[in-house]
Amino acid sequence: MTNQNTISRESDLSGGEYKWGFVTDVETDLAPKGLSEDIVRLISAKKEEPGWLLEWRLRAYRHWVKLNESEGEPDWAMIDYPGIDYQDIYYYAAPKGTNEAPKSLDDVDPEMLATFEKLGIPLQERAALAGVAVDAVFDSVSVATTMEKQLGELGIIFCSFGNAVKNHPELVKKYLGSVVPYTDNFFATLNAAVFTDGSFVYIPPGVKCPIELMTYFRINTEGSGQFERTLIIADEGAYVSYLEGCTAPFRKTSQLHAATVELVALDNSEIKYSTIQNWFPGTPDGEGGVYNFVTKRGRADTDAKISWTQVETGSAITWKYPSVILKGDNSVGEFFSVALANNHQQADTGTKMIHIGKNTKSTIVSKGISAGKGNNTYRGQVQIMPGAENAVNHTQCDSLLVGDECGAHTVPYIEVRNPTARLEHEASTSKVSDDQLFYLMARGLSEEEAHHMIITGWSREVFKELPFEFALEAAQLLKVSLEGAVG
Amino acid sequence: MLEIKNLHASVVDIDDSEILRGIDLTVNKGEVHAIMGPNGSGKSTLVNVLMGRFDYEVTAGDILVNNESILALRPDQRAHLGMFLAFQYPAEIPGVRPWQFLKAALDSKAEANGEEKMSVRTFSKLFDEKVEAVGINPNLVKRSLNEGFSGGEKKRNEMLQLEVLKPTLAVLDETDSGLDVDALRIVAEGVNSMRSPERSFIVVTHYQRLLNYITPDVVHILVNGKIVKAGGAELALEVEKNGYKSYLAAAGANA
Ligand SMILES: Nc1ncnc2c1ncn2[C@@H]1O[C@H](COP(=O)(O)OP(=O)(O)O)[C@@H](O)[C@H]1O
Ligand SMILES: [Mg+2]
Repeated sequence: MTNQNTISRESDLSGGEYKWGFVTDVETDLAPKGLSEDIVRLISAKKEEPGWLLEWRLRAYRHWVKLNESEGEPDWAMIDYPGIDYQDIYYYAAPKGTNEAPKSLDDVDPEMLATFEKLGIPLQERAALAGVAVDAVFDSVSVATTMEKQLGELGIIFCSFGNAVKNHPELVKKYLGSVVPYTDNFFATLNAAVFTDGSFVYIPPGVKCPIELMTYFRINTEGSGQFERTLIIADEGAYVSYLEGCTAPFRKTSQLHAATVELVALDNSEIKYSTIQNWFPGTPDGEGGVYNFVTKRGRADTDAKISWTQVETGSAITWKYPSVILKGDNSVGEFFSVALANNHQQADTGTKMIHIGKNTKSTIVSKGISAGKGNNTYRGQVQIMPGAENAVNHTQCDSLLVGDECGAHTVPYIEVRNPTARLEHEASTSKVSDDQLFYLMARGLSEEEAHHMIITGWSREVFKELPFEFALEAAQLLKVSLEGAVG
Repeated sequence: MLEIKNLHASVVDIDDSEILRGIDLTVNKGEVHAIMGPNGSGKSTLVNVLMGRFDYEVTAGDILVNNESILALRPDQRAHLGMFLAFQYPAEIPGVRPWQFLKAALDSKAEANGEEKMSVRTFSKLFDEKVEAVGINPNLVKRSLNEGFSGGEKKRNEMLQLEVLKPTLAVLDETDSGLDVDALRIVAEGVNSMRSPERSFIVVTHYQRLLNYITPDVVHILVNGKIVKAGGAELALEVEKNGYKSYLAAAGANA
């Protein structure tokens, strides 16, 4: 029942500043549009999944149908968009020939390798030189993972989700849905039913992963949704730093991206998860762009630490709240975020820190930049449960306005059920001042450079949490994303 | 080098806000001019207009640098021409390190003038040397530009930039205000050591004190948006003794 489709279309690069908007001409294996039990079964069959996983998907699908009929999409976020027609989306789009996961980079379509090169993603030997291992996900399907062998010698598993299901089913079965159950929310439920691929990481006890692990996500096919699922497990005493980057072609129609990320940090381990999200934001007039509805959550056991760092410059809509369940005593959760909303972009993002264990500690640093007609909302929840003796939270929310047609909003929810908790909340709203601009320009910087320097400086607390090269990339992205808004 | 001709300037968007009311001033290459005047007389406005601040509108007159009008130039273009303003109140820029900022400033100038950029290593050395010379706490320059700096530290940081950027026309806006004697000496030594036949200075000051260390070629008295008197270094001493009262009275009568 699949049609073999060759997607070849003129890419429209005009009218936007987005530099990642090209379309790659690869043969794509597409299932028909629309969502049904058959499609769920088809995806599972395509991926040669075991029965238990199909069962899980079907339970999720049935739950989603109920949700869709009753309450529908969550509507509490400060975002505004035309309804999504879930029957007008391709749920399965795979570059042809990747049904069988490629054994090595030599098996990967050269067009696709060229795409990742164009995006500056080191897939070949450069990956080794740059000291990162990369998993590239193209239209929801993992096409290449580098350095699997080198990592394997340390017992580290870094592979596509699909491969993990085949080769490490016991780990997947144990942890899949353990942090984000398929009933969690509308989009996470949808993802559980139709996810096609994503990345899987397992770090064995006591192992500190010596290099950065990176996944690069790319949407190519028009009208396709992207539903990837990432699962990262740091076993006792392990450490890993993981990065994800995302881009999509320039399209005048909107694309849905509903991903789920689960992190499991067992006792005394640490997971550092960094995101540079640069999905296509839509045209300057607000046409097209990616709807980014993402569920990310981690569970930190005793003495464990989970740190989320995100730089969100893309997407027409960002709906995303990377969270930490501080389950174990002395566990630590961190959230560092820079979110940009320019032109007609809408970002409703923040975090949830749920303190369950004793002496748990969380830190939230959220920086929202609004420019053009952009709207930026910080939505954060800090929950101190009755057993969380001596929990500490520090929250800092800063907003920066560029121009006067944009908006910034802060929505903090705080729930304290243990009197020993200590919470601090700081918030500020600022504008790039004429004094600052004049000062920098009087030293020779152009107005645009001056703006960029001020904005990057203002974001520095978050950027410094990123691995060095990615901090540079993030600064560059901010600059490109703000083109036209300043100067 | 610099000719200011019958310069009139007002605040943009405010009616009847003329602050500069016909200023004439010529600074030749290699000269040091002092501008003195009471608070609110328009000294900072004059130097901001010189540097092209957008809040002010030139309603009449002209400013020439090397015989060409600079009125149409943006502040960054004026900086690339070799103009420099040491601010009376330098802006604070969170998260931007002084080092990074100064390197960017130097690079932008090199790029605009088709010169080669200074290597990071050479710059680092120069920067460290100058940090020591102007007496800034080296820990301070690892932090944010001017943020958390005391008044004196901000002024020293302005001198640091002046000495690294080596402008051909340096304007100091009350760099001496609020400084103790040590800091004052550093400012003066900076100016004196940079004095050269190719470089001109305008030193704006409220007090005569700085002029004990820097001997100006010409002293101008600015009152109520006009230069009411010019003379040699001895004029500063006279102001020190008699204050601005007599000038104020005269300007008030004219206003
Ligand atoms: N941007 C501005 N808007 C409104 N008034 C201004 C502005 N800049 C300067 N002024 C006014 O112009 C006068 C001269 O100010 P200034 O140039 O700072 O004086 P000085 O530096 O000699 O003390 C003052 O009355 C001041 O309030
Ligand atoms: Mg002044």
